[in-house]
Amino acid sequence: MERLAELARIELTEEEKESLLRDFDSILAYVKQIEEVPINSEGNPEAEEARNVLREDEPLNRDFSKESIISQFPDSRDGFLKVKKIL
Amino acid sequence: MIAITNLTIETAHENLKNGAYTCRELLDVYLENIKRRNKELNAYLEIYNDVYEQAEIATEKFKNGTAGLLTGIPFAIKDNILLKGKIASAGSRILENYKATYDATVMKCLKKAGAIVIGRTNMDEFAMGSSTQNSAFGATRNPLDPSLVPGGSSGGSAAAVAGEMALVALGTETCGSVREPAAFCGLVGLKPTYGALSRHGIIAMGNSLDQVSPFGKTVRDVEIIFKALSQYDEEDSTSVPEDLRKGKNSAGKKIGVPWHLFKEGVDPSIMENFKESLEKFKKAGYEILEIETPTSKYSLAAYYIIMPAEVSTNLARFDGMRYGYHEEADNLLGVYKKSRAQGFGREARRRILLGTYVLSHGYYDAYYNKAIKVRQKIRKEIMNTFETVDLIATPPAPFLPFKIGEKLEDPVAMYLCDVFNAPANLSGTPSIAIPSGKNNKGLPFSIQLTAPHWREDWLFEAGKKFESIR
Repeated sequence: MERLAELARIELTEEEKESLLRDFDSILAYVKQIEEVPINSEGNPEAEEARNVLREDEPLNRDFSKESIISQFPDSRDGFLKVKKIL
Repeated sequence: MIAITNLTIETAHENLKNGAYTCRELLDVYLENIKRRNKELNAYLEIYNDVYEQAEIATEKFKNGTAGLLTGIPFAIKDNILLKGKIASAGSRILENYKATYDATVMKCLKKAGAIVIGRTNMDEFAMGSSTQNSAFGATRNPLDPSLVPGGSSGGSAAAVAGEMALVALGTETCGSVREPAAFCGLVGLKPTYGALSRHGIIAMGNSLDQVSPFGKTVRDVEIIFKALSQYDEEDSTSVPEDLRKGKNSAGKKIGVPWHLFKEGVDPSIMENFKESLEKFKKAGYEILEIETPTSKYSLAAYYIIMPAEVSTNLARFDGMRYGYHEEADNLLGVYKKSRAQGFGREARRRILLGTYVLSHGYYDAYYNKAIKVRQKIRKEIMNTFETVDLIATPPAPFLPFKIGEKLEDPVAMYLCDVFNAPANLSGTPSIAIPSGKNNKGLPFSIQLTAPHWREDWLFEAGKKFESIR
């Protein structure tokens, strides 16, 4: 659970780790029943009917404004998003 | 006084057109009900401050002859559908103050039609739940009995229509999130074919499953909304182009019932009502056949692997950095972890972690990879079934609406609400819930019909016949 929380970038309390482990036991016991389903075909089933939809990567005008996005930044300076030091 | 209890879109349209009342007068009846009932029911999270301006635009359309069926019709919309300049919080603290920067395609359509969007409705956080008790902004109550849940996750939209606080509403479905609340609130709810309505501007939960889905009091109302919103959208890469929207031909008037899915957990009164509904269909000229879709019983299990996998990916974007809830910490990683821990509610955290688990190295093949193969098998089985029948019937939910507070401590018990809904979402087929009577306490029963891809018209035809012999 600690490893998952680390991967998912979520801080957990000791108490929540315990209760999540209990939830996982019952949920995984339920979903595990798919093991019983016989599957013959190999390969990627999603590839059978789905097709990629691609488009040219070209700039287009959008109806949203730069301001409407910047105004929602938790912290900004001179129109740039301000974040904690990364390196 | 305008009578709204049995009001339909077409009747409202006639009355607005011939001047029996104005768009504003109709809107006022709903606003009055909201004032009276919303505090207790908590259906709406916000009533928009421009509703009278919207009514004026609608009135103008009647004056200049550009009014259509949806002009002036009061809508409620789920809190995960973006409307430019308005908050869209998806029932979550992490988006509590997030203002949409653009319109969802379905909202563009509604605006163009001159519909009146009254406000945004409560929902389980990020549409994760079957009872609208998982919202960061409190539970929604069922207008038919406020001690009960309205179903979910689109419970606010269902309660708005059932509580006469909107004529019709939009919700979204990932697995039963419109059909189940429709059943619990005595409404019609349609989950369209996957790819029919645009997902552009919908806050995603499970992209391969999500569909915008309408609520109404009648099959015809839901049909009108579906027809207005079902169109190709190049902004949504999973929207299906018009030339591919072709359904198969009819096999005749045949309804298949997968009785093997009823083995356990179906409330006896629901079972009895379901059999009565089948008798009605027989009277309407339909033939009832037993069908076998053996893999369908694994639908919900496959769903609870595929959906969390997609959730963990989708919700990775909420990091407290560019918008939404932000919690300070000493370093960048700390900001992520604290913002996500406090911004997401319990069920969202649970599903993110579960999704991270089923996608992680060493477990991927046993869970996610197997689940998508099972999904494909379920889909093929259902499509084969439609070679011999036109519709598949089950109840939409295995039990009646339950008490507020129930099932919260047992996630699997809550998940089982959607056991009959999952096959349609996993296979992408259209499915509708239609009221089928009430019990002696006035609680609604419902029947669910599923059709082959792009055969919503068969659902509407059968649904209208069923309504006429109620």
